[in-house]
Amino acid sequence: MSRFEYAPAPESRAIVDIKSSYGLFINGAFTEATDGKPFKTVSPASEEVLAEVSEAGPADVDRAVKAARKAYDKVWGPMPGRDRAKYLYRIARLIQERSRELAVLESLDNGKPIRESRDVDLPLVAAHFFYYAGWADKLEYAGAGENPQPLGVAAQVIPWNFPLMMLAWKIAPALAAGNTVVLKPAETTPLTALAFAEICQQADLPPGVVNIITGAGRTGQALVEHEGVDKVAFTGSTAVGRAIAKSVAGTDKKVTLELGGKAANIVFEDAPIDQTVEGIVNGIFFNQGHVCCAGSRLLVQESVYDEVLARLKRRMGTLRVGDPLDKNTDIGAINSAEQLARIRELSQVGEDEGSERWSPECELPTQGFWFPPTVFTGVSQAHRIAREEIFGPVLSVLTFRTPQEAVEKANNTPFGLSAGVWTDKGSRILWMANQLRAGVVWANTFNRFDPTSPFGGYKESGYGREGGRHGLEAYLAH
Amino acid sequence: MVWRPTLPTKDGARLDVRKTYKLYGGGAFPRSESGRSYVVNDAKGKFLANASQASRKDARDAVVAARKAFGGWSARTAYNRGQVLYRIAEVMEGRHEQFSAEVAASEGLSIGKARALVDASIDRWVWYAGWADKLAQVVGSSNPVAGPYFDFSLPEATGVVALLAPQDSSLLGLTSVIAPAIVSGNTAVVVTSFERPLPAVTLGEVMATSDVPGGVVNILTGSASEIGPWLAAHLDVNAIDLAGVTDHEEATALEAAAAENLKRVRRPADEDWTESPGLSRLTQYLELKTVWHPIGI
Repeated sequence: MSRFEYAPAPESRAIVDIKSSYGLFINGAFTEATDGKPFKTVSPASEEVLAEVSEAGPADVDRAVKAARKAYDKVWGPMPGRDRAKYLYRIARLIQERSRELAVLESLDNGKPIRESRDVDLPLVAAHFFYYAGWADKLEYAGAGENPQPLGVAAQVIPWNFPLMMLAWKIAPALAAGNTVVLKPAETTPLTALAFAEICQQADLPPGVVNIITGAGRTGQALVEHEGVDKVAFTGSTAVGRAIAKSVAGTDKKVTLELGGKAANIVFEDAPIDQTVEGIVNGIFFNQGHVCCAGSRLLVQESVYDEVLARLKRRMGTLRVGDPLDKNTDIGAINSAEQLARIRELSQVGEDEGSERWSPECELPTQGFWFPPTVFTGVSQAHRIAREEIFGPVLSVLTFRTPQEAVEKANNTPFGLSAGVWTDKGSRILWMANQLRAGVVWANTFNRFDPTSPFGGYKESGYGREGGRHGLEAYLAH
Repeated sequence: MVWRPTLPTKDGARLDVRKTYKLYGGGAFPRSESGRSYVVNDAKGKFLANASQASRKDARDAVVAARKAFGGWSARTAYNRGQVLYRIAEVMEGRHEQFSAEVAASEGLSIGKARALVDASIDRWVWYAGWADKLAQVVGSSNPVAGPYFDFSLPEATGVVALLAPQDSSLLGLTSVIAPAIVSGNTAVVVTSFERPLPAVTLGEVMATSDVPGGVVNILTGSASEIGPWLAAHLDVNAIDLAGVTDHEEATALEAAAAENLKRVRRPADEDWTESPGLSRLTQYLELKTVWHPIGI
């Protein structure tokens, strides 16, 4: 098959101004870390050092929590909802105004294609603040009782796959409900959170309402375990979520956890095949597969297996892997060397356990962290690549004959975050949606998100919901 | 005193038939597989009965029964579950005197106060019964997403729930933890009050005759301190209510054990069971499922 080659179409990075080093954003100002060491954040596409960032130690965490407490007691807690709403609207507008800059910064620090950061992440970030801004003065209608109260200081720890979007999912509902926050972005993607700190300054948000502290797992642990924290919200791996659930045992801290997944994407023989193939690609290769709700287990009805696989492979051959800032890029860089090693290791296990591995021919850049879109066939339910979250562009394909068998296989996992169903039959969609033990079911679509739409998992994918009025409940006492 | 089916005869004219207090699991009334029983006294220390002392194995069997019952119970229509819960209230009403006598003896109350608690317990079943087919409308939502998609969220039962029932309130507290768990389609493994288990055993007999499918409610008499850790660590249990745990360190250990498979945990709290319960227990054992579908022609 002949193919038109694309000329490079890079988005300019001149729009971002990255400082050489960043402090911690505590009580409305950037301050030096008192007891931590600086660390570097790199562009995963080139391994270029982008900036030095401060690691917050226990004393810094303590300062941040105290600043948040003071702001909660003196300013944000007593403030009328109407005014909290206006601050959140301001933030939403500032994000829209600086949207391109933030998108470029996100792609630089995270490695995701600019097309995604520009067209998916940033619009959703702004929308999230808009949505929750409107709730701030309407909390009594949110279904959490007639006089819902904020919890106090929220400790929020977020992952590196959607850095700014996860920040928005955490901060917007927390502030709308009247809480103050200390947020720790992931150590590999701190830059957009630090840019958000500047946005808080531009919005004249009162000092201490939002505090951003950078660091790795130790910083996160110190934050979550701090006695002055009333609420813990975490998005990340099930292993860390489990450790957090253990560490808050016996305290009064409220917890919500959005953890791992191993979603089944189920294709019936009557599904519109071209749309389905697009959905499969979107389900697993969107954001390099660094998506907790990724459709990483493809379940195909046997009768259409050959056709689906052939078309899927053909489509995978057209995916463009490379420079995240190139507007034609479909798959960007793997976020870190560590994550790349994990993807390689599990893929090797897939081969060792007897699955057949296939990737299209594609040239990978020599610098940076890269992994080609990959599909495994001949996968059994016992294989580790069918059970464990790979968190990369790796799809495992299984087959089924009956809807009951599809449900059995789909639910045969300790996770329960999302699932996909592809079929032309309405009654079957609703039956499948009933049977699947997952918090989000996408029927004839996949990986859709919206601030009004509650998102979160069953079973070991965590508890609590983000988005919608249900997302407010995580930050209200009732 | 324990309620006896006494007939209006002269003293000593008829020797009463006493009840054997057993476990209730999978719709049957077994003794503990361990063969153990323990002495249950009334509030003044007078012997009431020997209750079965449930073991780890009994708890595991109960979880198996609860898991087996979950698919069917959660798939019932909400209307049907509401009727079954209402039926529990009806059958309890018929056993009012028995419950009153057991509550009075267990909690050391006058018969009048015990009757009031039984009234409240029956009324609570009625209250929760009515929630069965209203919950989805109150807790669910239609989500106006910014795109051509139909998007809605519905509550679903979380699965098998372990309930460590209150130690003090032998019937009203017990009812207040069971009803909100099962009305939405969860199935339950209940560990009763250790010192006041008799009303719970009688409630099991009510369940068995109220169209509650076997396995939906499984009742273990015995020690929450002994059985609780096995339920908290059990990987096929989805949620746990620590209402009956009075020791802070014990509650902390159970919550930590429950983290292993991310159970939904209801921490112990100072609760007044006579107060209107609100929705928080009901929603504790719910998952919210969001479904998306494109809109087009």
